[in-house]
Amino acid sequence: MSKRKPASVPPQQGRRGFIRNSLLGGLAALTAGRFGTAEAAGKALVVPAWSHQLGPGVVTNPYGKPSIFEKHVVRRFLPWIRPTREASISFAPLQDLHGIITPNGLFYERHHAGVPPIDPAEHLLVIHGLVKQPMKFTLQDLLRYPSVSRIHFIECAGNGAMEQHGALNNGLQFTHGMLSSAEWTGVPLKRLLNEVGIRSGAKWLLAEGADAAALARSFPIDKALDDALIAYAQNGEMLRPEQGYPLRLVLPGWEGVANVKWLRRLELGTRPWDMREETSTYTQLLPTGKARQFTFIQEAKSVITSPCPERPMPGKGVFMVEGLAWSGEGKVKRVDVSFDGGRNWQQARLKGPALDKSLTRFEIEWTWNGKQALLQSRVIDETGYVQPTYEQLRKVRGTNSMYHNNAIHTWMVHPGGEVENVQLG
Amino acid sequence: MFSSVKVVLLLMSGLLIACCSKTPSSSSSSQWYGFGTPLTEKNIAAWDIDVGPDGVGLPVGSGTAKRGEPVYLAKCAACHGDFGEGMGRFPALVGDHASLTSDRPNKTVGSYWPYATTLFDYINRAMPFGNAQSLTPDEVYGVTAYILAMNDIIKEDTVLNAETLPKVKMPNRDGFVMAQGTDIKADACMHDCEVKVKVVSRASKNRVTSTTKE
Repeated sequence: MSKRKPASVPPQQGRRGFIRNSLLGGLAALTAGRFGTAEAAGKALVVPAWSHQLGPGVVTNPYGKPSIFEKHVVRRFLPWIRPTREASISFAPLQDLHGIITPNGLFYERHHAGVPPIDPAEHLLVIHGLVKQPMKFTLQDLLRYPSVSRIHFIECAGNGAMEQHGALNNGLQFTHGMLSSAEWTGVPLKRLLNEVGIRSGAKWLLAEGADAAALARSFPIDKALDDALIAYAQNGEMLRPEQGYPLRLVLPGWEGVANVKWLRRLELGTRPWDMREETSTYTQLLPTGKARQFTFIQEAKSVITSPCPERPMPGKGVFMVEGLAWSGEGKVKRVDVSFDGGRNWQQARLKGPALDKSLTRFEIEWTWNGKQALLQSRVIDETGYVQPTYEQLRKVRGTNSMYHNNAIHTWMVHPGGEVENVQLG
Repeated sequence: MFSSVKVVLLLMSGLLIACCSKTPSSSSSSQWYGFGTPLTEKNIAAWDIDVGPDGVGLPVGSGTAKRGEPVYLAKCAACHGDFGEGMGRFPALVGDHASLTSDRPNKTVGSYWPYATTLFDYINRAMPFGNAQSLTPDEVYGVTAYILAMNDIIKEDTVLNAETLPKVKMPNRDGFVMAQGTDIKADACMHDCEVKVKVVSRASKNRVTSTTKE
């Protein structure tokens, strides 16, 4: 009987225990050669409890949840960066994610007046201004149009802003977590503009949300006629409330704030509106005292996601260095990785498809000798744009430009395997 | 030889595109469906709240700093401070234009905002925080005037309305440049690159975030 005792472990210990054991196992395997140690080989396997007993049946969770062993994989926020939670930011746990899609419940959040509890039956999208016929569209109306589905990242313009004066946050989640990616489904804005008819002289659009910030941003009509999307779905289900349910403007590759959530109104006009979120904020103050305005594009950026402070090195030997690269200008063409702080670089492999304005995974095998190392990644996109160093970025923009920090990031690997966010100079 | 093969392939692919772009017909981007419902601009009025830098969209009404003061003190000062200095992490509204070139720029209505119309628009659409779109046009003109007067941009008795507000010249009116393409050029050196590899700042020294390990 005793040998049949359930071998399950308490949830709070299970996953970490598993990681520790597999890491130790991995180290043992490294030292003992290809087939492991005799000790490991001699230990009898145990049949776990879940191989004996029935588990919960279907629809135990009508809307499924991650395993209880994945409870640490959550969005996090920093209470000190914003005055209230309603006008704050949460960061996606990039250190625990795989592939190029962010699960909907982990997509980073940035709200300016909280999440409005919108009833889709009462929500409207109004398109007016310099159009031949102003129109309103219900969600049901929009669902009747031919739809498209496209995978695109969305990144807050402020991602990395906290690192501008020097290395600050010792975690990938906080240095880069205002970044997520989804498959968006909706109606191309171009098609809806064809419905209302564009009047001559229309050069800009104003997009406005139905939240209590009525968040509004101007954007040029060229983007509206290119790849702008009125999205109602995200990764196969209707948008999450935090992502704009029931409608969101998606401007692929452009700063997150311009991807207006809870979209209720689009107005066509001759000039930008100079809203608060495109003058007072989301503008880049330069050392000259002048500020760059309408810096829409999230230029090419990359970061190593493993190792990182949350994912230290398991030990000496072969390690698969992995990361994410993306560009608001198009496809990722190449990613290079350095292990010596940028002196020498090697080309990494791109994993899976490199899609337009989408997260792209890269990996490179590294044999770590156990000594201190400075890891960096550098992306080059299809336009030839090369991700800059902090030195190159600061030379032009100083340290108070706040937004669009796409500098090459450095992880210092300590001899003990710990990984630290550092900056070089 | 190869080029003629290429030509044939090109022709074939052209035919394929021609054939497939016709079916299904609904994918044509110029097809008109008419699933939306026509509206008049009059119907839209309650939602059409935006105000442009030229003043287009400003409602009828007026206000002065004097009339705006009690509204500001009752509905704004709790977060922004009696003197617009900002409470806690809520933004300051009054600041020094000269600070923009300093190490610690103070980006406020007075020092940074290029248009007074933006101030009206933002108060009207998003303030007070938690009770947005609750002020009357006169109250919004008044609070706008009060904040501008605290910044010494207008006088206490200056009357703001749809005609006078767009004419208010903000100290940082010419402080913005429209971004034109990228401003950063980097190269992709591969070996023996001339870079500084001295560690000059370390996140572990700050302890603002530990790692997210449980």
